[in-house]
Amino acid sequence: MANDLPYEKPLAELRKKIEELKKFGAERDIDFTDEINRLEIRYQELEREIYSNLTAAQMMHLARHHSRPTTLDFIHLLFTDFIELHGDRMFADDLAIVGGLAKFNGIPVTVVGHQRGKDTKDNIQRFFGSPHPEGFRKALRLMRQANKFGRPIITLIDTKGAYPGNTAEERNVSEAIARNLQEMATFGVPILCVVIGEGGSGGALALGVGNRVLMLENAIYSVISPNGAASILWKDASKADQAAEALKITAKDLLRFGVIEEIVPEPMGGAHRDPAATAEAIKEALWRHLQELRTMTPDELVADRYEKFRRVGKIAFASAETDRDSGTESEADKISVPDAKSDAESQ
Amino acid sequence: MLKDLFQKRKYAVIPSERINTERPKREIPEGLMNKCSKCGTIQFSKELEKNLKVCASCGHHFRLNAWERIALTIDEGTFVEMDGEMISEDPLQFAGYTDKLAQQKRNSGLKDAVVTGEGRIGGFPVVIGVMSFDFFSGSMGSVVGEKVTRAIETATEKRLPLVTFSTSGGARMQEGILSLMQMAKTSAALARFQDQGGLYISVFTDPTLGGVSASFASLGDYLLAEPGTIVGFAGRIVIEQTIRQKLPDNFQTAEFNLQHGQLDKVVHRKDMKTFLAKLLDMHAGKGGAADGE
Repeated sequence: MANDLPYEKPLAELRKKIEELKKFGAERDIDFTDEINRLEIRYQELEREIYSNLTAAQMMHLARHHSRPTTLDFIHLLFTDFIELHGDRMFADDLAIVGGLAKFNGIPVTVVGHQRGKDTKDNIQRFFGSPHPEGFRKALRLMRQANKFGRPIITLIDTKGAYPGNTAEERNVSEAIARNLQEMATFGVPILCVVIGEGGSGGALALGVGNRVLMLENAIYSVISPNGAASILWKDASKADQAAEALKITAKDLLRFGVIEEIVPEPMGGAHRDPAATAEAIKEALWRHLQELRTMTPDELVADRYEKFRRVGKIAFASAETDRDSGTESEADKISVPDAKSDAESQ
Repeated sequence: MLKDLFQKRKYAVIPSERINTERPKREIPEGLMNKCSKCGTIQFSKELEKNLKVCASCGHHFRLNAWERIALTIDEGTFVEMDGEMISEDPLQFAGYTDKLAQQKRNSGLKDAVVTGEGRIGGFPVVIGVMSFDFFSGSMGSVVGEKVTRAIETATEKRLPLVTFSTSGGARMQEGILSLMQMAKTSAALARFQDQGGLYISVFTDPTLGGVSASFASLGDYLLAEPGTIVGFAGRIVIEQTIRQKLPDNFQTAEFNLQHGQLDKVVHRKDMKTFLAKLLDMHAGKGGAADGE
């Protein structure tokens, strides 16, 4: 696969040199095997160096890579017998969200996810993976169905966010997202979410209220798109890379904040280098978590999900010193996420 | 063309010198007078206050801060604040956030963008959460999410009705993903509250956007708004950039949203308290509302 991202340039150059040497050797019938082997080793080292030190901005570009596997790719790799179901029963079938029934290691599950397009035409049909209210309502309909029939719910998250248009507003996209958040909190079946690409704001969270939220290694999850943040903060959307760093959107950050439970590793260079291997890793993690959740009763599942989201946030009290005796401060500590220092200490 | 003869001219042409002379710039003494941002009418601040900060000329509802709203809504002497000392941290070490928080506190006199507590409306005990746009554009970070959640939990425990007045630019960017998660947290708390049969009245005030409109504020049993209130998910400018079209003037206003089935009622500020009391009375003995007086 081509090294087409900016930070992959040194790799591309080295690869070119290796190819040139090979060609030269073949043309002149000279044996460069030792040199080529040395360069191949250097290539692998360089690869490891670059890919193990990706910045948030680099991950953002990787998460948005045009050949990164999409929800439908993963559905076919993770499950068997997928039956796609359509429509919200009220207005339309939003193709920015796909969902249906499938078997996961033989067990029936409901799967729902955002769907980006594969090419321009597909993208236009799917609004680049940005759902309208009917998309969120379709997802909710399928999840209610899963709850009724006691099927686990698996969601795959990959969107820049809800479609920001007048049609979405006229059909009350706010209510659609809010309703999903509220109802997902009530379902007595296991809910597992995987952020596979970009987790963009409320449109991502509308499929994200799970007992377990996993994230692919190079996926990002953010309250606002870094481009949007840059235009608000510095009136310059082109500073998205800078905003990506400031917003702390990587899987590592989110694990530290207690927002996700696990990071699923990707093949070197990103999921698009080997979708099947990526899917294998997701499958292993999902199955492991599902086994745990399947031992819980519906009430326990609802309580577990409540506690997970109830904990998230970081607050303090203005009069922490005076309140020390009354225990206010320890209460604050209890609901705070671990900060960077204590996290580092505990590891 | 004959048709052109009958076409109305869209704009009257005024010679440019007349525009300049006809409307001399009026000086407004600081604090004494107020200019309506909708119709431009200038009125005495005292008169405006007496009129509940509603423009006497066009009915435009000026924004109120949390304490002004509480004074208008809650029976005198009955308000007891909850979590008044809760303040934001800087979990992302976001450049400039700590300074901005300090500045927002100084300017607004508030500790964060929502005030929560218990009080009575027309004699009916309620738990209330009132947001304030003058603190960080009413943005929801960990503190707003936590205070609203605690208010919901209190209403659940004490079996009291819940009333919120929302106003917000959305989730607070400076607390990143933690802000986003407050949407799920508050909505999950409301799920429990609703499950128990609790009554929730949500009032949108200008403006309510993004993460707040897409979470607890839209989940009321009854959704009300003040006239002219902007309620939506994405902001007008963002939408105009997306669709590359100009939106109608009334887009996302309470009246527009009422027409599109998104609200139960638009209620004028002067009638709001009475209307809330009436709604509570309709539920007397149900949903946590007291059994009449």
